[in-house]
Amino acid sequence: MDLEEAKELKERCTQCAAVSWGVTDEGKYYCTSCHNVTERSKEVVDTAAIPNTKIQAISRGLKRKRKLEKGWDWYVCEGFQLILCQQVEALKTLGVGPELKNDVLHSFWKRYLQKSKQAYCKNPIRTRRRKTTALEDTPSHSDWDSEPELISDFICSSFAESEAESQPDLHTQKPFPIIKAPNSAYTCSGSLDGVEYSQRKEKGIVKMTVPRTLAFCYLSLLWQREAITLSDLLRFVEEGHIPYINTFEHFPEEMKLYGRDKLIFAIESWPIYEDIYKNTIELATFLDLPRFPDITKDCYLHPDILCMKYLMEVNLPDEMHNLTCQVVKMTGIGEADFLTFDPIAKKAKTVKYDVQAIAIIIVVLKLLFLLNDNLEWSLSDIAEKYNEKNKKDKPWFDFRKWYQVMKKSIDEKKQKWEEARAKYLWKSEKPLYLSSYNRPVVYKRREVVVNLQKQFSTLIDSTPVAEKQNPSSFQFNWTEENPNRTCFHGHSLQGILKKKGQSLTTMNSLYWLSTQKFCKSHCKHVTTYEESYFSQSYQFVISLFSFLLRIKTSSLHEEVSLIEKRIFKAKYNQSKKKPSKKKIRKVK
Amino acid sequence: MSDFSELMRPSTEGDRMETCVLSGTGMHFPWLQKYLNSVLTERKKEKAFAQTTTECLSLMQQALLKHQWQQAAGYMHSYLQVLEDWDVIKRQAAPEIIWKLGSEILFYHPKSSVETFNTFADRMKNIGVMNYLKISLQHALYLLHHGMLEDASRNLHQAETWRYGDKSSSQEVLINLVQAYKGLLQYYTWSKKKMELSQLDEEDYAYNTASQSMLNHSWKTSINLCALIQIPGVWDPFVKSYVEMLDFYGDRDGAREVLTNYAYDDKFPSNPNAHVYLYNFLKKEKAPREKLISVLKILYQIVPSHKLMFEFYRLLRKSEKEEDQKLGLEVLFGVLDFAGCTRNITAWKYLAKHLRQTLAGNRLAWIQELWDSRKNWWPNFHFSFFWAKSDWKEEKTLACEKALVAGILLGKGCRYFRYISKQDHQVLKKKMKRMKKSVKKFSIVKP
Repeated sequence: MDLEEAKELKERCTQCAAVSWGVTDEGKYYCTSCHNVTERSKEVVDTAAIPNTKIQAISRGLKRKRKLEKGWDWYVCEGFQLILCQQVEALKTLGVGPELKNDVLHSFWKRYLQKSKQAYCKNPIRTRRRKTTALEDTPSHSDWDSEPELISDFICSSFAESEAESQPDLHTQKPFPIIKAPNSAYTCSGSLDGVEYSQRKEKGIVKMTVPRTLAFCYLSLLWQREAITLSDLLRFVEEGHIPYINTFEHFPEEMKLYGRDKLIFAIESWPIYEDIYKNTIELATFLDLPRFPDITKDCYLHPDILCMKYLMEVNLPDEMHNLTCQVVKMTGIGEADFLTFDPIAKKAKTVKYDVQAIAIIIVVLKLLFLLNDNLEWSLSDIAEKYNEKNKKDKPWFDFRKWYQVMKKSIDEKKQKWEEARAKYLWKSEKPLYLSSYNRPVVYKRREVVVNLQKQFSTLIDSTPVAEKQNPSSFQFNWTEENPNRTCFHGHSLQGILKKKGQSLTTMNSLYWLSTQKFCKSHCKHVTTYEESYFSQSYQFVISLFSFLLRIKTSSLHEEVSLIEKRIFKAKYNQSKKKPSKKKIRKVK
Repeated sequence: MSDFSELMRPSTEGDRMETCVLSGTGMHFPWLQKYLNSVLTERKKEKAFAQTTTECLSLMQQALLKHQWQQAAGYMHSYLQVLEDWDVIKRQAAPEIIWKLGSEILFYHPKSSVETFNTFADRMKNIGVMNYLKISLQHALYLLHHGMLEDASRNLHQAETWRYGDKSSSQEVLINLVQAYKGLLQYYTWSKKKMELSQLDEEDYAYNTASQSMLNHSWKTSINLCALIQIPGVWDPFVKSYVEMLDFYGDRDGAREVLTNYAYDDKFPSNPNAHVYLYNFLKKEKAPREKLISVLKILYQIVPSHKLMFEFYRLLRKSEKEEDQKLGLEVLFGVLDFAGCTRNITAWKYLAKHLRQTLAGNRLAWIQELWDSRKNWWPNFHFSFFWAKSDWKEEKTLACEKALVAGILLGKGCRYFRYISKQDHQVLKKKMKRMKKSVKKFSIVKP
């Protein structure tokens, strides 16, 4: 019951002496503090007032509805801030140090707001636009942890506004309040600046998107030199350890999202390695960040360490690490200058640490086994024979056995992964609608889906769906005991290497290049990967590793070619003039 | 794939029209669709959500093909989110897919029950307007399948009274179909009552009331049925029951009219059963031979191997007209063109006799005319050495008749005739002799 209805009665209540009257359904006054109903009834001035009260009732009803939808006033950048908060909290539970949130990401975000002129500057865009002075001093005291305060500031102002709105006499106000043209889907939003935000196209400004939140996370991880690569980060997203899809579900209840917000915050795609990588560089350049801390030999992102990690992951012998280190040395990609990300440099480019390490392993595999669908099998024959004869010795590495084990495990894993992708439930519990007009439709649809799902869930196989696995930087687990998961870590490379003087060299003296000629035109790719041109074992190795990193086969192939380019610089520079030291056999 | 889906597919003109609308030309090329899809995805990167639903659908279909109902239910569980797709076209196409696959799952799933199916159907009916009638009808068929006649009837009644502005008028055919199925259910009760009635004594007190309620029933039923059968389509069960009722109450003219219309109206699709029904009706009525022949002539043109063809042949034989005699020969040849009739002894017997008589009547030209189109393939099709051996082994009389025909058509030298005539058999000795004689006398191939 609205108080304002009974303002005309100024008498004190006979029971409690308060002056606070409401009107009952029958039109009688009652005291709102003691619920004493008087005999006096609201006077009906004349008959003309009756339709008027009707209008009042209708408009009151609409107003209430509108209040439900309204919630707090909030800005798009606050939404992103909340998402970043969720993500960084998740990273913290994964074991990342607390400085990442408080120092690194916070200052990056502040810098972003400043650079994009949304806050921490003299004349932020939104204050210019809104022409309210309320916000002018907030930037100075708003801090990372004061994020709720920021919102509460808005709440205060919005409260003041709504009171101001309800004050004027209802007769003077239009009976149907216009809510930002409620019928056109793209002109309304729950956030204050959703519409303008999505229309804003300023040159040189990197606009926030949901995928860019991941770029922010990766940048801060890189700054901290944490033991998480980009592919790990994306895999954690995919496994649900880091919030990314439907993050708006966890926004405070009062932050309403609809209309344009849907296009900004709802995500219906998995993050793609190349995209996030590109975004990271873009963002770092936009933020004008200084050179990142050096990546030295003892950092996780150094190729020597990453190679070790991936050798373990794909079940290759530890002895190969020696060779990968040599390749790293030869190519000079272990240098801090090469590895460290420097956004201010002329051509900002960061190393894809994970892809590069894998590429090195592939190069070493090619050096050892040639991978021409012939040599690797004959070497396997030799190893098999040796292992049969000398059962007590350290076994020689058998490529064929490794292939069989890996093929089986990767196929299983891939199938599970595909199944999980096909079954992934994208839709949020809290459906987003484009306009208040289609809100009930959207909610109804949600309800229907939930009901139907409930019905089918009773018919699903009773065995529980695979529990959410614990986050791990390893996807495989190799043990000696299980014949399907034979561990090759301890196997030796004898039989593939031979002594030459004091040092060891590979038995195989041939090599073929993954790319003969690099593309020099202005298109973005340097090489292409046409599967059928390559040997079966090379295809297998490429597809195995690219699945591990969840990247495209072509980008891994490209990275391999780039490493080779560094190793065989001479060959590329003076091709055909002189045969290089290593014999190079052409691929078809 | 299953009898259920058969059951769910009443072939109506309406259905046909709809598929035409869906695919534009009424043709369906799955490979083309795939090609188009790939072109589309190349142009614009598909959202992962769309990938998920497409992948999920194909995995669900695979599971259904392998009868893995539980897995299929699992996929359905996540496929349902397509109802919330932002893509309007996909969202609107979804209910039908979900209904079809979902009902299939619920029909076979070991843990499913009639109640589950009912809730599912009721939910699906109310998603979108266009599916209400179709799903109601199929729901009723499901209930019928489970012997729940009353529930089915109630369901149909609900669907019948459903209206939704313009949408209901565009679905008139479906409404008629719903009504007709209701009529069919009423016919079922009617014919049960008829059975009861036939067991009662006419003097009995109960007889009157029973026959009265039967009359009531038939009246309601005929109203429900007659609307549908005016519309072009294949309505065999409905027509049959309608005619039976008309006939029972002595409205022979009405029944005849319905059947004639069903068989002869050009707007109706060609339907052999329509002619069979009409023929049977006329036969019962003892219609003149001419009339019967004219009905069967059309049936002969549609299905030359129909089992009524022998009756047709006998009718033709009785006729005095020469052209009917010639047609008789044609009919026999036509029957024997079909692989299913190769061992039909009646056909061979008739043919042998008719050939002999025709030749005796100096009508060689008729035979030549019919034989010309067949002489390339009949020898291998009917008169091969293999057939000779197996026919002789299994059915000696058939072998004799066939040998006679072979001898007449191909001459003494043909493999079939030679093999059979060389066989020695005590009982058939006489017959064989006669056969050889006739061949000598009539064979159209003179040595």
